[in-house]
Amino acid sequence: MTGSDGRSAAGRGGLNQPPVTSSSGFAHTTPVDPNKPKLPGSLNVNRRLSQWLRFNADGTVEVHPGKVEIGQGILTTLGQIAADELDVDFARIRMVAASTPASPDEGVTSGSLSTQDSGSAIRHAAADARRIFLSVTSQRTGVPIESLVVRDGAFLGPQGEVGSYWQLASAELLEVDASPDARPKAIEARRQVGISTPRLDLPEKVFGVARYVHDMRLPGMLHARIIRPAARAATLMATPDAPEGVQLVRDGNFLAVLAPTEWQAEAAAARIATRAMWSVRDTLPEQAQHAEYLREAGARGERTGVLARDEAAPAVARTEKRSFFRPFLAHASIGTSCAVAQWAGDAVTIWSHTQGPYNLRADVSRTLRTTEDKVLIHHMEGAGCYGHNGADDVALEAALIARAVPGVPVRLLWSRAEELGWGPFSSAMLVDIEADVAADGTLVGWRSNIISNGHSGRPGRSPIPTLLAASQLEDAFPVVPSINPPMAGGGGAPRNGIPYYRIPKLDVQTTRLLEMPIRSSALRGLGATLNVWSIESVLDELAAAAREDPVAYRLRHLEDPRAKAVLQKAADMCGWATRTKGEGWGMGIAFARYKNTGAYAAIAAEIEAKERVYCRRLWVAGDAGEIVNPDGVVNQFEGGAIHGASVALLEQVTFDRRNITSDNWDGYRVLRFSEVPTVEVAMLNHPEAPFLGAGEASMAPTIAAIAAAIHDALGIRPHALPFTPENLA
Amino acid sequence: MTNFLLNGAEVSVEVPDGTSLLHALRGPLGLSGPRFGCGDEKCGSCMVLVDGVPSFACTLGTEAVSGKQVTTSEGLGDMAAPHPLQAAFLAEQAGQCGWCLSGILVSASALLAANPDPSEDEIRLALDPHLCRCGSHNRIIRAVRRAAQEMRV
Ligand code: FES
Ligand code: FES
Repeated sequence: MTGSDGRSAAGRGGLNQPPVTSSSGFAHTTPVDPNKPKLPGSLNVNRRLSQWLRFNADGTVEVHPGKVEIGQGILTTLGQIAADELDVDFARIRMVAASTPASPDEGVTSGSLSTQDSGSAIRHAAADARRIFLSVTSQRTGVPIESLVVRDGAFLGPQGEVGSYWQLASAELLEVDASPDARPKAIEARRQVGISTPRLDLPEKVFGVARYVHDMRLPGMLHARIIRPAARAATLMATPDAPEGVQLVRDGNFLAVLAPTEWQAEAAAARIATRAMWSVRDTLPEQAQHAEYLREAGARGERTGVLARDEAAPAVARTEKRSFFRPFLAHASIGTSCAVAQWAGDAVTIWSHTQGPYNLRADVSRTLRTTEDKVLIHHMEGAGCYGHNGADDVALEAALIARAVPGVPVRLLWSRAEELGWGPFSSAMLVDIEADVAADGTLVGWRSNIISNGHSGRPGRSPIPTLLAASQLEDAFPVVPSINPPMAGGGGAPRNGIPYYRIPKLDVQTTRLLEMPIRSSALRGLGATLNVWSIESVLDELAAAAREDPVAYRLRHLEDPRAKAVLQKAADMCGWATRTKGEGWGMGIAFARYKNTGAYAAIAAEIEAKERVYCRRLWVAGDAGEIVNPDGVVNQFEGGAIHGASVALLEQVTFDRRNITSDNWDGYRVLRFSEVPTVEVAMLNHPEAPFLGAGEASMAPTIAAIAAAIHDALGIRPHALPFTPENLA
Repeated sequence: MTNFLLNGAEVSVEVPDGTSLLHALRGPLGLSGPRFGCGDEKCGSCMVLVDGVPSFACTLGTEAVSGKQVTTSEGLGDMAAPHPLQAAFLAEQAGQCGWCLSGILVSASALLAANPDPSEDEIRLALDPHLCRCGSHNRIIRAVRRAAQEMRV
């Protein structure tokens, strides 16, 4: 692929002119007929082939995934799958960004599921499209289908070319439901998956080409900024007049300014913020007693069993009890949330970096008290997204503000303080663990209670909208405490809370808080960031008590050969068996299989303890099943590991009784270049195995490996994140 | 009215006093490379070169660049004629979301202008004003080293 001809069509049509609204296509939001055969991935609920693929007479093929680019490279991966299955050159692929109502409804781009959901669907749809085109060509030309081959989109018979996808582009052959009989290629016949195709989106990002939603410039566009309440619980009592040329938009406690330029909007927002009168209340817990608060609120919460197991086991010789705490974490995307909205009559079009266009549409229409067909969402990229951040909130807010200026496009950008202070956070968590060991040190029993707010407050999943502004309007919706996704989907707070080790007696429980003073939702790993670390820390202690090597101890408690393989690989990579220890240096190793059903990751960490702890090196061994784009997967595992190191060493949301106080980069520290460890990644490829996802697997075990390395260096077992001098004291 | 050289071309722009250079670049001057991240000199998303020196466009007043040369990532090169750094970033696939890259590219170009053969530690130090939340740091460092090598031959 080259930068120019491999260009993605994602986001095209949006930058300088209003998009053409597609009149074809529809989204299956209704449950699929159970009598229909099951189809792979999201194809099962979006069965029409034309929703996914479109051939153009100019020799290009459009791929329309419902999953979106959030910096993870998914468009390139999905394009490779389509190109391979269709047998067309990758340069012919045009990836089209998701939009409602035309794109397949693939829910949310989250949970490291995009290659499973969308990749499996596109692979099957492309195989089916190829079959249909070849059989039509065979019928029309009399050349038997068995003697047709596809070369870069041309159909070749024994006598030469007899047709192509492009020739049949207008034949509407894809206006059918996918057939369960389509057979994707055999593994040996794959040519374009399993290779590191360069990212489609990177050239424009390196050359500063307008590509993000932030870069949209529509004729007559106005700029908006929000004036946030003076506290989490606040009522707006009085507002000053807007400066000349600036329009004030108010609905209840929701207050914004609209101006012709960004600087006017910013200056006006700053001025009004200092003059608006709010009546405020204390509603946040005492941060100094946050763990105690979780325990107290947990006693009033909803406690449920996650998994219980009671098998024959050797007698218990000893029981260890440990508790682990982690604070609220922020997404801390380096760009701030942004959206553009424009009303036409009673309908609104929103350009958004949402992870789930259909989910966003549902909550925006509920909040605006209109129907879903009146809300059109076009995905455009934003800065890196690691979970449910402010993207959806800002989209609703842009629509609310734009309502004041019918027909005029409005661009709303959050400030850094809003991004770090008002987006949803990953909930603080506390876990109490009791581990039973037999006389020989074998782990035989495990009981735990994981206390946390829910890890999903995503839009579109409850009848009451969850977006920030919905609770601030004059006609406000109540704030509903966040929920946890079901365990079948990986769970929320208890994600990875069930040890992946063989333990005959087990009782894992979780307690969801029914009050939510600080808004929580999904961030990379969800509960795994606490659970993997706590489990791995206990395992390390038990290994030490049994005088066993931590790797050997894990290996004898693991049953899954793929788990053992990554652990052994990480140990080999870091030279575990022959490691030497320098003064102030330490090494640790940890393992997890994400969601216990996804990708495997084992991490070794080397740290240096000085005035604080620095992580210097990470070794990452992974297994993500079949790998479409090896470099893309390495990039994800590497990025996740660095994210984990940052969470381990620095990150925590701070607050007083009224407000989030860590709302700038000094207050919410993330790793900088001089502090980032080097990372070595090795992936164990399994082309015969299903896709397992890549984005989240390495983060949690990195935290656990760093904790183990701290113990190696300092003899201290951390029990609270982040591993700062205060928390290690 | 402020006049300056933007990516080699003379421009003049009229913005109210105190308007940041970032707003002028993204507003009337129509660029997309310099980006807003914090407005507080803490993330480097907005980094541009002013007479060759990396400067935070988010806090710099537009009038301060009067008569000076301003370079943004767009000024380094384009798809047809990429700067060695841009080519190296693509070769190393150094980025995920890409938000941080335009600022990092201009800081790296200033580094290489002053020090054609920087060590890894020198690169890390030069890029310390920049945040990258996606964890692309090591790839970015490799890309800068690759570009340095290519620029030396
Ligand atoms: S936007 Fe200028 S340093 Fe962050
Ligand atoms: S690549 Fe996303 S912030 Fe650097």
